[in-house]
Amino acid sequence: MVLAAGLVGPSIPWVELIPILSLLGGACFLLLVGSLVPNWPRRGYAWVTGVSAVVAIVANAIKWNNLYYNKGALFLADAISIDRFSVLASIAICLALVMSALLVSAYLLRMNADGPELYALLLTAGIGALVMVSANDLIVLFLGLETLSLSLYLLAASNRDREESQESGLKYFILGGFSSAFFLYGVALIFGSTGSTKISGISEALSGNISVLRTDALLLVGIGMLLVGLGFKVSAAPFHIWTPDVYEGAPTPVTAFMASVGKVAAFAALMRVLMVGLEQRADDWRPVVWALALLTVFVGSILAVVQTNVKRMLAYSSISHAGFILVGVEAAGHMSGDGIASSMNYLAIYTVLVMGSFAIVLAMSGNSDGETNLSDFKGLAKRRPALALAFTVLLFAQAGVPLTAGFVAKFAVIKSAVEVDSYVLAVAAMVAAVIGAYLYLRIAVSMWLEEPVSENEISVDPAVVVVIALAVVATLVVGLFPELLLQATRLARFAPR
Amino acid sequence: MHASFPILTALILLPVLGAVLITVISNKHLELVKLIAMLFSVGVGGMSIWLLASFHSHEDRFQFVSQHDWVSSWGISWHLGVDGISLFLVVLTGILFPLVILGIDPHHDHKRYLAWLLLLEAGVMGSFLSLDLFLFFIFFEIVLVPMYFLIGGWGYDKRVYAATKFFLYTMLGSAFMLVGIIATAVLARRDIGYLTFDLVTLAEHASFATNTGRWLFVSFAIAFAVKVPIFPLHTWLPDAHTQAPTGGSVILAGVLLKMGTYGFLRFGLYLFPAAAVWAKPVLLTLAVIGIIYGAIAATMQTDLKRLVAYSSVAHLGFIVLGIFAITSQSLTGSVMQMVNHGVSTGALFLLVGMIYERRHTRQIAELRGIQSVAPIFAATFMIVMLSSIGVPGLNGFAGEFLVLIGSFQSARWWTIVAATGVILAALYLLWAYQRVFHGEPDEANSTFAELTLREGVLMLAFIGLIGFTGLYPKPMLERIEPSVDKLVEHVVAHSDYKVPTTPNVVVEPHGEKEGE
Repeated sequence: MVLAAGLVGPSIPWVELIPILSLLGGACFLLLVGSLVPNWPRRGYAWVTGVSAVVAIVANAIKWNNLYYNKGALFLADAISIDRFSVLASIAICLALVMSALLVSAYLLRMNADGPELYALLLTAGIGALVMVSANDLIVLFLGLETLSLSLYLLAASNRDREESQESGLKYFILGGFSSAFFLYGVALIFGSTGSTKISGISEALSGNISVLRTDALLLVGIGMLLVGLGFKVSAAPFHIWTPDVYEGAPTPVTAFMASVGKVAAFAALMRVLMVGLEQRADDWRPVVWALALLTVFVGSILAVVQTNVKRMLAYSSISHAGFILVGVEAAGHMSGDGIASSMNYLAIYTVLVMGSFAIVLAMSGNSDGETNLSDFKGLAKRRPALALAFTVLLFAQAGVPLTAGFVAKFAVIKSAVEVDSYVLAVAAMVAAVIGAYLYLRIAVSMWLEEPVSENEISVDPAVVVVIALAVVATLVVGLFPELLLQATRLARFAPR
Repeated sequence: MHASFPILTALILLPVLGAVLITVISNKHLELVKLIAMLFSVGVGGMSIWLLASFHSHEDRFQFVSQHDWVSSWGISWHLGVDGISLFLVVLTGILFPLVILGIDPHHDHKRYLAWLLLLEAGVMGSFLSLDLFLFFIFFEIVLVPMYFLIGGWGYDKRVYAATKFFLYTMLGSAFMLVGIIATAVLARRDIGYLTFDLVTLAEHASFATNTGRWLFVSFAIAFAVKVPIFPLHTWLPDAHTQAPTGGSVILAGVLLKMGTYGFLRFGLYLFPAAAVWAKPVLLTLAVIGIIYGAIAATMQTDLKRLVAYSSVAHLGFIVLGIFAITSQSLTGSVMQMVNHGVSTGALFLLVGMIYERRHTRQIAELRGIQSVAPIFAATFMIVMLSSIGVPGLNGFAGEFLVLIGSFQSARWWTIVAATGVILAALYLLWAYQRVFHGEPDEANSTFAELTLREGVLMLAFIGLIGFTGLYPKPMLERIEPSVDKLVEHVVAHSDYKVPTTPNVVVEPHGEKEGE
């Protein structure tokens, strides 16, 4: 009692928290009302999910506008930072959330298993992701990370009829637990050497404004541990081993969600920790990121070549995309140029591409959600030409063919690397992209140049059509007129200390 | 005089519009699809000829320029223009596509075939017209997609392998170029003060440190060398050519390969003159190796189409020789030869395609005595072949002669070796002709059909081009020369290179007056 009396809680900036509160409200509503009222209208759960995410997007858009004159600020006793970086990442996450909700609705209707649980988990995962992108405290970041991850473990294992789904959830859980432990240990070590868990506090300590115990070994090991923990989440090689199995086993809409939201959140957190907290030690972590980026682009694109399952292929391609984003992070580590902007740009575009691609896989995957072998895509152009065309656009975009958003993304990252003289990385990433292109060509060959094997009727749910159409249109529009997105990502800055 | 109508933009966008229209029309209206493809390609061809007619000869600047901001945060603009170097490549593109669309039947999936072909035309036009590095890269790279589908969808047995090889090989080359393009713009920012990808601004105002310039040149050169292709990066070409459908081969040989040689001129010599002079000996050597190797390899082929493909390697070697000899005559010859090779080799591929249609084989050993069954066909083949060999009076001679005479001044020993390639060309082509057309036809060949009317008209168009350029190259030369002279002056001004002034040869392309 005595303790509690002396404890003064920080003031809560309710307005700033609207996006998180909106998702939280949606999740609670789904679980409460969902369990009380058994029969909801068709896609009712999806609507609730979508509306809460859209509210979050609108709130973020308003915040984006309000941030025009100030550069953002820290709230909740400096635990979260609301700045254009976090707002942009939040918008990307919430957009992906809306698209995932659409995909989940199509998936559940096909499985005849409509219910609120998956949607509620999507929303809680979204909360975790939003917390991660704006966390200014490593402990808060960890809370967000765990909220996201725990929801994802459940989502991945949610298909009880498929053994692979169970396996995927369990695998992700065990390995994810390890990585969280690494992360937490890293937090502890960094706290030990800088005396703070606040990201801005760490930065102040390192720049010498606050005198603390400065033990280099502790700090360096701590940075390493953090990189391992976050590297696992962004599936950077050599911490990528879980990705193909989990992506393949998880229900397709969940894979889409994991690949987009999970990656945006983890990369945003990684960038904030490195660029704000560890800015002073950039020379220490930059070579590590350099090596991770180099390894990741090649592992992703080379291993993709031998796969025969489209979901696995896309998993490896998402690894190589992570490598490209790391190229941008490495460029940002030179503290000049536009590494942050280009990474954000890549993340935003990648989110759309990966959503659209998995939406098409979902459309093809059949009632068991398991027909995702390359042979299932044979002759798709003869069966469903529009679907094949859409997939081709998205695949070529992922390969970085000009006039698609994917090219803009790659161009921006390579440009930021060249600007800081990271020529080796730039050339290596481009060469890896060519190796990776073989994968996309293989899928294109199956669709366009081979005869169909299966004559099953492909029924595409309208919700899936919406997602695919959105993704394809966005891919082409950004590919032709990238200016707007480039300007937005260039404004994505961290709040000043 | 600037036409207010943005004709260059229209040359690029019109085929795209045609392709979109074709895509949205239902498969049932096949005749309508064909009509649209025809109208759009003939329209573009007509416009390119109008461009040729209203182009001011004796002027070295870029004409019909159109410039609009595109991605302003990166300093990228939609900047198009045409000069003597690109003019005839644009016209060749404009003429070749309608001929291919009208003259060659793909046999299946007409709709998609025609849509890809029109998109390809837009990409090729764009590459020849772009005056912005970014824009050029976009078109240079986007061309791969339609070509990939054309080879993969309408080619022969090993088409998927060939198409994939073509795509990845070329993409690997351009990967280096992309980094080079970005580095060029980023490094030039110091001199220019702002980020721009504009070719003219970069070439006129940026100066690179010696080694930097060399690295940048190499990154561009790899992409172009793959595209040309220069020995030893040529291995994709025979596969792609052999497996591509006839229309694809004609376009590939006719204009796609020229994107590489054109790139050397426009983005190699113009942008990095000092580095290009530094790289001269290597590229000259590779060009000469290509000439001899291509000729020898062509002699060894048993497949007629592969033979023509290898002859392309040799011919392109001459063009590269002319480019890196860097004299006014050799460059003019190279530009001419780019067009000539497009016409002659395009026509050869067409004829080989016709032989395959009739006999379902391209093996030289299985063909015999066609001359006695189909004399007009044989005569056509003979004329086209002689033009490819470079017999005086036909187009191949004018270009090849200029290349040799120009190169002799600045790269004597290379030229001497290269000149033997002319003899080798005569050897492999005449030998092939002899085996295929002479002798007594056996049973399979005795029913070889004569040229149909459609084929005849198509070939007549090609022969017309061959004859006209061969007999009267003056209009072409006066449009090419000013731009080429300007380029040579630019190279001289920006490097320690000096154009050899010894024997001042006045070239009359008929060959009657040589020397003073």
